[in-house]
Amino acid sequence: MLMFRELEFKMAKSSTSDAQALFRSLRSAYAATPTNLKIIDLYVVYAITTAVIQVVYMGIVGSFPFNSFLAGVLSCLGTAVLAVCLRIQVNKENKEFKDLPPERAFADFVLCNLVLHLVVMNFLG
Amino acid sequence: MAPDHGSFGLGALICALMLICPTASIRPISDAHRSAALELFVPVDGLFPRFVCGAVFPDKLSWQWQISNMFFGCSLEETYHALRTFLILGVGETSEINRATCPVVLEKLKSPSSSPKGFYDALRVNSILGCQIGSETLEDVASQLRDLIKGADSLMDFYYSVIGLLHVKICDKTTNLSWYLNHFVIFLGQGVSAVLSDAQGVFHSIKALSQSDGRWRFDSNNAESSTYAAGIALEALAGVVSLADGEVDQSKIGIVKHDIVKLFDSIKSYDDGTLYFHEKHIDGSEYEGPLATTASVVRGVASFAAVVSGKLNIPGDKIFGIAKFLLTIGVPGISKDFFNQIDSLSYIENNRISIPLILSLPSTVLSLTTKDQLKVEVTTVFGSAAPPLTVNLVQTSTSEVKNTPTVENQELQFDQENNIHYLDIVPLKIDIGKYTLKFEISLHDPENLNIYATGGRMQYLVFLTGYVKVDKPQIGVLDTDGESSASLVKLDFSKLDKVSLVANHLQKMRLSFQLVTPLGHTFKPHQVYIKLRHESKVEHIFQLESSARQYKIQLDFLALLEQIYYLSGRYEIELAIGDAAMENSFLHILGHIDLTLPDPPEKVSRPPPQSVDRYSRFGPKQEILHIFRTPEKRPPKELSFTFLGFTLLPLGGFLIGLLTLGVNLKGFPSSSFPALSSILFHAGIAATLLLYGLFWLKFDLFTTLKLLGLLGVFLVFTGHRTLSYLASTSTKTKTN
Repeated sequence: MLMFRELEFKMAKSSTSDAQALFRSLRSAYAATPTNLKIIDLYVVYAITTAVIQVVYMGIVGSFPFNSFLAGVLSCLGTAVLAVCLRIQVNKENKEFKDLPPERAFADFVLCNLVLHLVVMNFLG
Repeated sequence: MAPDHGSFGLGALICALMLICPTASIRPISDAHRSAALELFVPVDGLFPRFVCGAVFPDKLSWQWQISNMFFGCSLEETYHALRTFLILGVGETSEINRATCPVVLEKLKSPSSSPKGFYDALRVNSILGCQIGSETLEDVASQLRDLIKGADSLMDFYYSVIGLLHVKICDKTTNLSWYLNHFVIFLGQGVSAVLSDAQGVFHSIKALSQSDGRWRFDSNNAESSTYAAGIALEALAGVVSLADGEVDQSKIGIVKHDIVKLFDSIKSYDDGTLYFHEKHIDGSEYEGPLATTASVVRGVASFAAVVSGKLNIPGDKIFGIAKFLLTIGVPGISKDFFNQIDSLSYIENNRISIPLILSLPSTVLSLTTKDQLKVEVTTVFGSAAPPLTVNLVQTSTSEVKNTPTVENQELQFDQENNIHYLDIVPLKIDIGKYTLKFEISLHDPENLNIYATGGRMQYLVFLTGYVKVDKPQIGVLDTDGESSASLVKLDFSKLDKVSLVANHLQKMRLSFQLVTPLGHTFKPHQVYIKLRHESKVEHIFQLESSARQYKIQLDFLALLEQIYYLSGRYEIELAIGDAAMENSFLHILGHIDLTLPDPPEKVSRPPPQSVDRYSRFGPKQEILHIFRTPEKRPPKELSFTFLGFTLLPLGGFLIGLLTLGVNLKGFPSSSFPALSSILFHAGIAATLLLYGLFWLKFDLFTTLKLLGLLGVFLVFTGHRTLSYLASTSTKTKTN
């Protein structure tokens, strides 16, 4: 009986500890990523959070100037997407973009953002 | 030759048959013509200018004269017209004309080779002005004209030369204007031999151009004959006869007389008895209008009759008809027409065939109220006194009332001092109205019948006016069933009281009255209307019916409902009675009537819109109320600002996260040039974002794109510089 209980306790402990172990391993693995990729990830999180807040606001007050809402949300999502593209291109472990210098990728990122925001500002109204 | 009474009587019968329609009163030549002559013929510095520029100058005058004559100078034809008109009417001042025109005349006569027309124009003018022309010049001119006559082959050449030579004869003597005016005389010239040696031959040549119907051709080549040419030819023939040194063959003259009678057969007439000559073909090259043609024929016939012995076989009534035609023109407005009228009338005034006597009425509207007299004048065409005669009012007739007694055979009395025949109307007991009066003239001296033409019976239209009385006027409102005459109100037009009536749609309004002339008969005027005018200015006009004794109208409002658009309210009643023979035609406001009508059903037409006051369209217009879409509900400001704050929170979180990650600026280039380009790159991006902000706030897309283009180029340069520097440093560290 005690073995049974010990087994249960061990299993419970192992499930939670499994989750914790998984989480810890993820964290440690993530810590190994280079800093520039972390910056890009942070930027993406920032952009998505801003988009979510705007959606919540629209949910509260209604979508009256719908174009403004779309402009705001698409600006955030667009810039997040471009940042993801940048991360893919800058990541050294990605064999596909081995020959592409990261500065070039960054230049593309800046240019695309500028174009995106021109369109967004026009659509903002 | 014995006077031909038979033809005269026949002419009278024809004339009586022709006079079917009454005429407007014709007047003889009066001061109206005299003042019109002074206005039409206005000399410029004593010359009558030529109005047609570029007229052909057959005579070789000096070129200066030619140029100046072309534009400003003297038209001798126009001058002659003016001078002759002034002479006949007895008006106008000729001293300045004399001074300015005589040099032109002399120039024309002295010039070596003038055309026949040139001589003709100059000599005509000279015979009125009496310029001092030396006998040598006249002799020279006469011989030139004789040569021209010998060599002439067209009618106009014959005419100009013969008449020119005739004028030389007249000019030669001391000019006696009254002789020239009154008589187309033959007198033996002294000094200048203005005599035609081969008069028979010339006569024959001119006669050869005549046609069998009395017309003439202009020359032997031209087959067209013209009535106008006939007049010219007759005048030329008369000139030949007067210039002949011997007697012209009487048989030939007889043939010409016969031709004249034939010519008069082609005379045309209007309904009112006027006679005139006109061309058969109006598309000929030498077409002149009826006035010019008639004037030409009159001149020719009168000149011919003056020089030949014996009488022409023309009935006096034809001359009378022509005189009437010339007088009914009135006062022409064109100088050539004016000249033709006056000149031909002057030939008629003194012609040897018969002189017409014109009967004219100074006033065609006679008033019974002021007891006017019927006045009649009998004069010649120029207003000179007629021989002793009596005027008979043969008949008066009216087309309207059949049972008024017509006056017959009333002799008019003669007022010697004013030369007027008059008749008192009042004792004749003629009532007011429009009348046709028939007059007849009877000469006292039977011999005068050969000299004068009286024109048979003449009809004139005359209005007799008077005061019409309105008798027993009554107005009232009646019920449908009975004729309740108790409600009828007697109107009194002299007092101008206004009646006040009330009616509804089931009742009728009745108005009746009688109209009485000064002689007590019932009168039926031309216009009898009643007008109902609503307050809103909608008007309705009704005509009154006339029975034997009275005028009445009964307005049945039930039947009129649709006509008056079911409009209730106050209507003003106006009565209008008018006629040309009424001296007191009136428009009276009788009063008003308040109508109560039922409501209009659906399909009734609305009254027509009344005319709007002309100036109201410039005033302020009705204000337009625009309907806008209701604006959307916006959230309260505080909520919006709160969420603005919330939106900025992630930015803060981002910055904190960056600091946590240990972001530093060590990679920033330290050496000057790359550092500068990096700074400029970041500044460029910041500027672009600022530009976007301004684009949202106030710029338009075009401005933004323009500036963006400039910034973009800048960014490309600086960005390339910076990033390539960074790339090169990173490869350096890698290789190191």
